[in-house]
Parts: sequence; C-alpha cells; structure tokens
Amino acid sequence: MSWFKRKKEGITTSTKDKKETPDGLWYKCPECKTIITTDEHEDNSWVCTSCAYHEKIGSEEYFALLFDNNAFTEINAGVKSADPLNFTDTKKYSARLADTIAKTELNDAIRTAYGKVDGNDLMIACMDFKFIGGSMGSVVGEKIARSIDYCLANRLPLMIISKSGGARMMEAAYSLMQMAKTSAKLSLMAKAGIPYISFLTDPTTGGVTASFAMLGDLNISEPGALIAFAGPRVVRETIGKDLPEGFQTAEFVLEKGFLDKIILRKELKTNIGKLLNMFAN
Amino acid sequence: MTYLEFEKPIQLLVEQLEQLNETAEKTQVDVASAVAELEAKIITTRKEIYANLSAWQRVQASRHPDRPYSLSYMDAVSDNTFIELHGDRTVGDDKAMIGGFGQIDGRTVMFVGQQKGINTKMRQIRRFGMANPEGYRKALRLFKLAERFNKPIVTFIDTPGAYPGLEAEERGQGEAIARNIFEMAQLKVPVICIILGEGASGGALGIGVGDKVCMLENTWYSVISPESCSSILWRNWDNKETAAEALKLTAKDMLENKLVDAIIPEPIGGAHNNIPEAHQIVKQHIITYLKELDAINPEERINQRIDKFCNMGVVVE
Repeated sequence: MSWFKRKKEGITTSTKDKKETPDGLWYKCPECKTIITTDEHEDNSWVCTSCAYHEKIGSEEYFALLFDNNAFTEINAGVKSADPLNFTDTKKYSARLADTIAKTELNDAIRTAYGKVDGNDLMIACMDFKFIGGSMGSVVGEKIARSIDYCLANRLPLMIISKSGGARMMEAAYSLMQMAKTSAKLSLMAKAGIPYISFLTDPTTGGVTASFAMLGDLNISEPGALIAFAGPRVVRETIGKDLPEGFQTAEFVLEKGFLDKIILRKELKTNIGKLLNMFAN
Repeated sequence: MTYLEFEKPIQLLVEQLEQLNETAEKTQVDVASAVAELEAKIITTRKEIYANLSAWQRVQASRHPDRPYSLSYMDAVSDNTFIELHGDRTVGDDKAMIGGFGQIDGRTVMFVGQQKGINTKMRQIRRFGMANPEGYRKALRLFKLAERFNKPIVTFIDTPGAYPGLEAEERGQGEAIARNIFEMAQLKVPVICIILGEGASGGALGIGVGDKVCMLENTWYSVISPESCSSILWRNWDNKETAAEALKLTAKDMLENKLVDAIIPEPIGGAHNNIPEAHQIVKQHIITYLKELDAINPEERINQRIDKFCNMGVVVE
C-alpha cells in the first residue's frame, strides 16, 4: 500500500493543455524564491522586486546601468591571456580559455570603457564573474593598468567594479604580481589627485580584495555582497566553528569600517554622479 | 639535525662518519684518510642532491625545520645590533611579523619580516609566520618610520600566507595587505626584499614590493601553496607535486620569468646546513644591493620600482 493517495482524479494537466514557456522568460530569486518575469527583473536593475536581492550581473549590465544612454568607448577589448606557464590542471588552461571565450563572448574577466555618468566623465573597469570566476590574471592587471594610464593622461576619474574569486591560479606568480601592478598604478592616481572609486560587488575576495578593491578613495558596495580576503570556507576551517550570521557581508564590512557606503543598485547611477560632482567642484 | 626524505643518503653518510670516528677513538687506529674520503663524499652528495631537487622538494627544503628564520638573520646580519620594535599603534603587537632597527657595518637599516616559531609553543604564538592585519600595519608603521629618517628597508619574507582567521577578516586583512603594497610602491628609501623560506601569496607580497626582490636558492614564491592549489584545482590533496611543478614557483623559474630580480645562493646542502655562512652570504648581498640602490636618486628609484612591477604579466592582442 502506498503512503499517499490521490483524492481527486484528473488534476494533472493533459499534454495538449500545457503551455510552451520559452527558456529565460522567468526569473526565480535564489533568496526568497519569488518568481517574476525576466523583463520585470531587468526593469528593476536585476534586483528582486520582493526581497531586494541583488542578482550578480556583468560588465554589459553595469555599463548599461551607469553610462548615459548606454554610450561608451571600450578600450583594449582585444587583450587576451597568453598562458605564459603552459599550465595544465585537470584541463589545459589554453583550452579552458578558448572554451570560456566561446561560451561567454568575453575575452577575459574585465572590460574597460569610458563615457559619461550623469554628465560626468568616468572610466569604468568592470569585472565579469562568468569568466573563470572573475579571476585576476595578467589580462585583468594589464587592462586596469592601461585604463589608469588613460585616466592619468586625460585626468579622468576611475571606477573599478570588482567581482572576483581572487587571483587566477593558472597564471601563478604572474597573477600574484598583478596585485602589485594595479596597486602601484593606483599610487600614481593618488599622487596625481585623480579620484578612484572602488565598487565591490558580490563576490569580492582574495587577491582582488587585497589590492585595488580596498584602495578606493571611496569604497562602495552593494547590499549583501560577499567581501573577504580569505573566503568563508577557509575561515571556518581555520577557527573550527561556524561563522556568525552575516559575517563578511557588505553590511558587516561597513560596520567594521572598511566601506564608505552601501548603495542600492537602483540608486547607483545618481549616487556616483553626485559623488563625481563632489570631487569635480 | 633533522633529515628530509630526500636527504636520507646524506644522513647515511653522516652516520657512517660518526661511527668511523667512534671506532677510531676506541681502537686508536688511524682513519684520517677514510674520514677525509667520507667527508668529501658527504659534500659531493649534498651538492648533487641539492642541485637536482624537484619543485616539490624545493618547497620541502624551504620548510626545513632546521632552517634559520628572519630573527636569526636580523641578529646576524646586523652583528647583533638589532633592536626589535613593537606594535601597530592601533590594535596590538603581532608576533608573526617582527621588525626593528639594526646596523650593517655601522649603517642603520630597518628590518621587517615574518617570523616562524622555533619550538611548539613559539610556533603557536607566532601563528606559524602567518601575520594578522596588525602585523602588516606594524610593518607599514616601521616602513614609514624608516622613510622619515631616510633609512633603507630590508624585508625578510617567510610565510605560508596571511592568517585566514575570523578576527583577521574583521580587522581588514585585505585592506592591510593592499595598503602595504600601495605604500611600498612609493617609499622614498631603498627597499630590498629577500625570500628566506616560503613566499605565499598576498601574505608575502604585503611586505614584498621592493627595488630588489630576491629569493634564496631553496625557497618558493607563488600565488598559492602547492597543497592548496592541488585542493582547489584537482579537488584533492594528492597533486601537490604536480601543482608545485605547474606553478613554476622555484627561484630559478621565478628569475627566468622575470618575476624576481636575483637568486641568492645558499651554502652547500641548504641554509640549514651552515647557518653562519647563510647569514654572511645574505649580509654581503644586502651590502652590494644597497650600494647599487644608493646610486639612484629616490624619484628615479620609485619610477623604476613601479615600472618593474608594471612590466609583469604576459598578454596577447
């Protein structure tokens, strides 16, 4: 005998009555499980309409959110990783790169572009998490360095949108040195008195946190973003017990004094515009 | 003496030599020629073994329990003039990061470095050489102190990484390391960084931005330890040897890839085999580098330092 019995017969929808729903039409919030249409979700800046969960988005979305009329000039778009160590783990790094480029239609984990934000000139370097976890290798370092060179030459403020698991292991010490490269370049920005806004989004960890992401004249984040040097799993293993609620969230990091502000995505553009205006006038 | 697995042939010979000496003492037989032969053989065996270490063995050598740590170099290089200075002036004094003034042939130098413990109790107190944010902030305070009084800086790097603890995260481990890298790029005084043992990731780089970045012969420097790399990329702990090879983390590889400036040779059989000699070699290298760096004016030195790091990385277009 079965444990459950159907009380009413015939409540299953027959095949001919089932409606076709194309993929990607609906969005289900991973936090509160509310389901809304992707159009609605996009109109709300990829933020859940019921619980305000900020979905991870990439450079395309951030550029669209920030640049006036989505107009910008991308620079150094063709820069790619060269696999200097001929690295192989469970898969060849060169093959991993080729696959990821094909799948994501991105050349690496960062895009750099300049344009206007509420009328203010700004260079934005925005990381893409879907490219090998937004990891920082030579390309991320080089593109940040070149965008800073452009900012220095044109006295343009810089905003780096971080979203990264940290350094890219397949470039080993080359990745490590990108921390020194980007931070050294930022020291030139500071010397020249050109503002640098660091925007830390979910997640910002490891070598990215321990270099440019924490070096903003302003450090700003989004609600609920994970911001850490050592990730939660590693910390849990170190201390051998569970982590306190909310540990390493943007709210926690703000409370500890390492962020200037947390800004809702919907208010990001106007806030960045206002802040740039503060620096300029 | 502790012998690592690959040092076993040396251990056998040393034991033979000891036995020979013992018998000679008892029997009053002249064994001088046999002793000389054995001693020569020990030297060639040491040379041979250390010339042909695999990457993973190099990592093991860098962690040799008898290897001298930073404090031992600070004392010896400064002919025991080293005066330790404590505290970050904000949170506390981190025992995993030490520093202070010392004089090399009469010239004052600021020493800063990670320090591992020399026995079980000290290893705990020094957190195995893994510094907390206040350690990096103490280092920065000492860098700034040195800069203010125009004293060159020598850092000794020997760490398995920055400490990944709960309080370290609360107090901004990432920010502390980032700030050090940023500030070190602009220091007006000469900065020499020497990797004495382990150079793991941001924890090492946090005191590793210098005009001369050098590695002792049997050390490693990379973005991650081979063990952690194995656990992340292969999802098990068994690929550490493969990971060590793949990461190209030895002094030789790092120099070839132009990620460090020089290799400092070690005594035959590694630094632990002749600690006073290791001290002297490091001292002589510091003296040479200081002379070289003194000749460059501060602004130019900063530019060269920044340019050097900005040239690291390989991309295609």
